[in-house]
Amino acid sequence: MTGNLTLALTVGALYTAGTFLLLQRTLTRVVLGLGLLAHGANLLLLQAGGVAGSVPFVGKQDGPSGAGTADPLPQAMVLTAIVITFGVSAFLLALAYRSWVLTGEDDVQDDVEDRRVARRQDQP
Amino acid sequence: MIRILLPLPIVLPLLAAGLSVVVGRHQRLQRALSVLTLTAVVAVAGRLLFVADTDGPAVVQLGGWVAPAGISLVGDRLSTLLLLVSSLVLLAVLLYAIGQGAADGRRTTVAVFHPCYLVLAAGIAMAFLTGDLFNLFVAFEVMLVASYVLITLDGGAEQVRAGMTYVVVSLVASALFVTAVGLVYAATGTVNMADAAVRLAELPDGVRLVLGLMLLVVFGIKAAIFPLFSWLPDSYPTAPSPVTAVFAGLLTKVGVYAIIRTQTLLFPGDGPTASVLLVLAVLTMVIGILGALVQDDLKRLLSFTIVGHIGYMLLGLGLYSVAGLAGAILYTVHHITVQTTLFLVAGLIERREGTSSMARSGGLQHVAPVLAVLYLVPALSLAGIPPLSGFLAKLGLIQAGTADGGVLALVGVGAAILTSLLTLYAVGKVWSSVFWGPVAPVIPDEDPTDAVEVGTARTPRLMLGAAAFAVAGGLAITVVAGPLYALTSRAAADLMAPASYVQAVLVPR
Repeated sequence: MTGNLTLALTVGALYTAGTFLLLQRTLTRVVLGLGLLAHGANLLLLQAGGVAGSVPFVGKQDGPSGAGTADPLPQAMVLTAIVITFGVSAFLLALAYRSWVLTGEDDVQDDVEDRRVARRQDQP
Repeated sequence: MIRILLPLPIVLPLLAAGLSVVVGRHQRLQRALSVLTLTAVVAVAGRLLFVADTDGPAVVQLGGWVAPAGISLVGDRLSTLLLLVSSLVLLAVLLYAIGQGAADGRRTTVAVFHPCYLVLAAGIAMAFLTGDLFNLFVAFEVMLVASYVLITLDGGAEQVRAGMTYVVVSLVASALFVTAVGLVYAATGTVNMADAAVRLAELPDGVRLVLGLMLLVVFGIKAAIFPLFSWLPDSYPTAPSPVTAVFAGLLTKVGVYAIIRTQTLLFPGDGPTASVLLVLAVLTMVIGILGALVQDDLKRLLSFTIVGHIGYMLLGLGLYSVAGLAGAILYTVHHITVQTTLFLVAGLIERREGTSSMARSGGLQHVAPVLAVLYLVPALSLAGIPPLSGFLAKLGLIQAGTADGGVLALVGVGAAILTSLLTLYAVGKVWSSVFWGPVAPVIPDEDPTDAVEVGTARTPRLMLGAAAFAVAGGLAITVVAGPLYALTSRAAADLMAPASYVQAVLVPR
């Protein structure tokens, strides 16, 4: 299978940036990181269908049917994945906003064990 | 007939969810709709299990697109059995939630609860029935999006904090899942699991191993296995108890189901994976249960026991024999029932005591003896006391482990017995601090504005009845253990010989 180097590098860059942002403490960055990560995954899925530039699956008049046409399946799957990512990102943003309303901060809050460890450290 | 029945567990709850939104203002209608739908799903699932057991895997090609081009729904013994158990559990928890909501009559998140709950049911059914890797991803998303809403339903600071962690971790898993699906498609040109099973066999070992392990990581996050579990005890306890109960019973088991399905169908007998699974099983069991021992909050303690007990199912899978898988499936059935029951009872305890902190409760056996019985039966079952279901499932796994005889398998058996003992210690600790001792004063409701009322002696009959129904379900496993084990053995034999599954999907009847 031949691939597209530009797309492959883009996927790599998106994963890298996404992972970096995901590891930040700020919720906004985490949300952005997840967005990038999802884009990277979607592009990779699209790549799985083969090189770009093949003729479309429908509407082709000449030649044997099906030969050399673009694979529509990954495109359909990517569309589904994009819609899902979109919906969930909206939910996540709403949650981040709610967190900001409640705490006044845009940070990921400590979990219960974190707080216990911190309390234990404070004790002499 | 089967062509109509097989999609019903997915279609019915989705339709009902839509309708439920429309009738959102009429709470009674909403409740009746949810109960009717889930009862119908239970009936359909029962029929499907019967058909799958007598006639072999039932297959429907959606939209008339023949596999591998279209999406196939497959109901074999494993998926229909789990579907039946899940829908029963969903029904019991629904009744409990209705009892709680009706008794409290608080402000209301109920209008959103029912549609989300039905969507969750549809997602779970889809995950069990689908025979397509990408559709499995969609099923997970349907299920997870519903669970995101349910876990943050209250919208309090604690729910939002925990919900955030839960959503972010799940989304990372989803991104990895899409990546894995993309790689499987690039390598094989198909996402139909039966077709992929055939084509993956022709790939070089290294490529297969990478794909197999990627899917293991994805489902490992959902199933909360050892290094990937820390989100679970953090997020589950913050939700209202019916929600936690259904998450604890079902969501992680869907992950376990996906691991079992992919590792037996797509990557059968891949050398290193089985050993990896055994090591992970041992670590998951021991570390999960050790986490449970140090908790003071009842719901957090129970959440850690989920993690510990996921290890048993992995152990059965890692043994990779008919006996091991049969034990793992029986364990899944047992654990779905018992863990849900424990969370339902934990909800009742919290309602009665006004807190889920064990240090602040005590003497409950004097004031609520029925509750004590309802707690004790599933707790002892979880620890594996004979003749309860936990004992039978553990016995199956331990026999399979000793029959295997490998070093890792024996270490796994040792860890299983140790975990069983430590579970007994953990549930015993709950018993002695919550039910024994002097009667602790009831703690008044700290937040009277949230959806759940606590610290009241009023326990609605419906909640108690639903919890009792779940306890009885656990006892029923013991009663039908013989036929059930025979059934899980047949399911395991199917899994070990995936050719029949592949043929049922790919060869049109």
